[in-house]
Amino acid sequence: RKTSERLSSNLTGAVGTARLDDATLDDVEDALIVSDLGPAAASRIRGRLAEQRFGLQITPQELKEAVAEEIAAILRPVAKPIEIVAFPRPQVILVIGVNGSGKTTTIAKLAHWFQEDDYEVMLAAGDTFRAAAIGQLATWAERLDVPIVRGPEGGDPASIVFDGVKAATDRGTDALIVDTAGRLQNKRELMDELEKIRRVLGRLNPEAPHDVVLVLDATNGQNALSQIEVFQQVAGVTGLIMTKLDGTARGGVLVAAAEQYGLPIHAIGVGEKMDDLRPFDPDLVARVIAGVA
Amino acid sequence: MFDNLSDRLGGVFDRLRGRGALGEADVREAMREVRIALLEADVALPVVRRFIDAVTEKAIGQDVLRSITPGQQVVKIVNDELVEMLGGQGHEGLELDVKPPAVVMMVGLQGSGKTTSTAKLARYLKQKHGKKALMASLDVQRPAAQEQLKVLGEQAEVATLPIIEGQQPVDIARRALEASRLQSFDVLLLDTAGRLHVDEALMAEMNAVARVSNPAEVLLVVDALTGQDAVNVAQSFSGEVPLTGVILTRMDGDARGGAALSMRHVTGKPIKFAGTGEKLDALEAFDPERVAGRILGMGDVVSLVEKA
Ligand SMILES: Nc1nc2c(ncn2[C@@H]2O[C@H](COP(=O)(O)OP(=O)(O)OP(=O)(O)O)[C@@H](O)[C@H]2O)c(=O)[nH]1
Ligand SMILES: Nc1nc2c(ncn2[C@@H]2O[C@H](COP(=O)(O)OP(=O)(O)OP(=O)(O)O)[C@@H](O)[C@H]2O)c(=O)[nH]1
Ligand SMILES: [Mg+2]
Ligand SMILES: [Mg+2]
Repeated sequence: RKTSERLSSNLTGAVGTARLDDATLDDVEDALIVSDLGPAAASRIRGRLAEQRFGLQITPQELKEAVAEEIAAILRPVAKPIEIVAFPRPQVILVIGVNGSGKTTTIAKLAHWFQEDDYEVMLAAGDTFRAAAIGQLATWAERLDVPIVRGPEGGDPASIVFDGVKAATDRGTDALIVDTAGRLQNKRELMDELEKIRRVLGRLNPEAPHDVVLVLDATNGQNALSQIEVFQQVAGVTGLIMTKLDGTARGGVLVAAAEQYGLPIHAIGVGEKMDDLRPFDPDLVARVIAGVA
Repeated sequence: MFDNLSDRLGGVFDRLRGRGALGEADVREAMREVRIALLEADVALPVVRRFIDAVTEKAIGQDVLRSITPGQQVVKIVNDELVEMLGGQGHEGLELDVKPPAVVMMVGLQGSGKTTSTAKLARYLKQKHGKKALMASLDVQRPAAQEQLKVLGEQAEVATLPIIEGQQPVDIARRALEASRLQSFDVLLLDTAGRLHVDEALMAEMNAVARVSNPAEVLLVVDALTGQDAVNVAQSFSGEVPLTGVILTRMDGDARGGAALSMRHVTGKPIKFAGTGEKLDALEAFDPERVAGRILGMGDVVSLVEKA
C-alpha cells in the first residue's frame, strides 16, 4: 500500500457541511495534529483557512486542496536537493542525528544516489561506539562497492574522519559521506564530541564539512523540533532528511520545522533498501498530509 | 510558549482566586490548556480526548483546597489521573514463572531499541535474578544486526546463539529453543528485526515466530520520542502478537514522552521498563509518577502542590 492510498482518508471525516464552519475547522486542525504538525502549527494553518474562507461554501475536495496549498506554500521554499559541487573535491557530507533515526542506512542510500549520477563516493565509519556499527556500514560499502575508511571499535571518531578526508582528497573522490554515532541532543558530552568531529573535518579543507545533514525519524513527534534546534547550534546543520515515511507516520513536524527554522529539506527515506530514497517533493508531501493525494 | 501546565493554568485561574469549588465552565476552559499541553507532549489525539473527558468529570465540583490555587488543584487532578493511567504505583516485572526456557520476545519498529534492550534485559535477569540467559537474533534484514547482538552479549557476558548465515527467523527460533533445552538455559531472549506495522509479510513472520516459540513475554519496544503514530503502532502490534508489556526507550532524552500514555492506553499492557541510555546498565523500572510530571512538563507535581 502506498503512503498516498493509506492517507487519503485523512481529512474525509473533516467535512460534514458545505459551509466552512468552526466544527469543520476543528476537524481540519485535528487532522493536522494527527499528522504531527503540533498544536501550534496546526492552529496557525486553521487560522489562515478561516481568514480566507470562513462561512463560504466549500466542497470536501476544495477544502483538502486548500489545506494542501497552505502546507505546500510553507514547504516549497525549503525543498532543495543535495548537489555535488565542491571544488576542490571531495564534498564532505557529515550525517548526524539521534539514535536509530536511520543515519547509516541513509548514508548507503545517498551513496547509491550519487553513484547513479556517476559520482565516486567514499564512506567514513565515524560511529565507533555502537556495537557493530562499523560492520553495518562496511556491509553497505561492500554492497555498493565503495571504499570505506574505518578504525577499531571504540576508537577515536575524530581521527577516523580525519583519515577519511585525507584519503578522499588524495584520491580525488567526489563525495565523502561520514557516519556518526547516534546521540540525543541533550547529552552534553556527546554533542561536544560532535563539535570536535566537525572541527577536525575542516582541518585539511576549511570548507569541510560542506553539508551537515540531520536525519530525522518520521515517527518522532514534537521532539524533532528540539533536535533541529540543538543540532543546528552545535553542528551547523545545513539540511534535513526524514526517514521512515513508508509507515503511517506523516512527518508533519517538517511543516512546523520549515516555519520555525527554514532549513533545506533534501530527501525522504521510504524503506530499508539502498534505492529507497526520494527527493523531497513539497507538493506531494503536502497533499499526503492533507489527504488529497 | 508555556513550558508547563502550571504556568498555562495560572492565567486561566488568576481571575478565579478564592473560589470554593471548581465550576464546569472554568474546568472546561482549563481543559483546553491541558489538551494543548498533552498534544505538545505527543500524547496521541484520541487518547487526549478520552483523558480529558475522564478528568473533566472528576474535576467539576471538587472543592478547592484552601492552601492552593484552583490552577494547582486542577494540575493535581490531572497529574493523579495521569499517574493512574500510566500504571499507578506498583512496578510490574517480568512473568517468567513457566517451564524453562521462559521465552522473552522483543518486537517493534525499526530503530526503536530492541537489540540494545534485549541485551539490557538479559544482563538484568542474570545479575538481579541469577538467571542463565541465552540471546538469539532473528534479524536477517539489517546489515550486521546479528553481529550487533553478539558484541552486546560479550559486553554483558551473556551467551548468544551462534550465527548461521542464511537461516531464516522461524528456523533460528527453533534452533534457539533447542539449544536452550539442551544447555538448560532459564531464559531465552529473542531479538527480532525492526518492522513497520503496515508491512504484512514481516508482521506475519513475527506472528509465526511467536507461534513456534510460545513466549512468556512479548515486549513491544517503543521510542519515547514517538509522536502521534504511537496509536497505529500499538494497535497493529497488539493485534498481531499477544503483547504482555512495553519497554520505553530513550527516556534519557528530553522528549516529554506522551507516547507512554498512548501505549498504555491502547495496548492495555503495563510499561515494564524504561531505557535510559545506550549502555547496558541503563535500564530502569518504569516510574509512572516521574513520567506523568514529565508529560506535564513540571517534574514532581505532588511535592510542588504540597509546597504551595
Ligand atoms: N521502514 C524504514 N526503515 C528505515 C528507513 N531508514 C532506516 N530504516 C531502518 O531503521 C533502523 C535504524 O537505521 P540505522 O540506519 O541503523 O539508524 P542509525 O541512525 O544509523 O542508528 P544508530 O547508528 O544506532 O544511531 C534500521 O533497521 C533501518 O533498516 C526508512 O526510510 N524506512
Ligand atoms: N540514548 C539511548 N539510546 C538508546 C536506548 N536504547 C537504544 N538506544 C540506541 O538506539 C539505537 C538503536 O538501537 P537498537 O537496539 O539497534 O535498535 P533496534 O530496535 O534493534 O533497531 P533495528 O534492529 O534496526 O530495528 C542505538 O544507537 C542504541 O544505542 C536508550 O534507552 N537511550
Ligand atoms: Mg548508525
Ligand atoms: Mg535490532
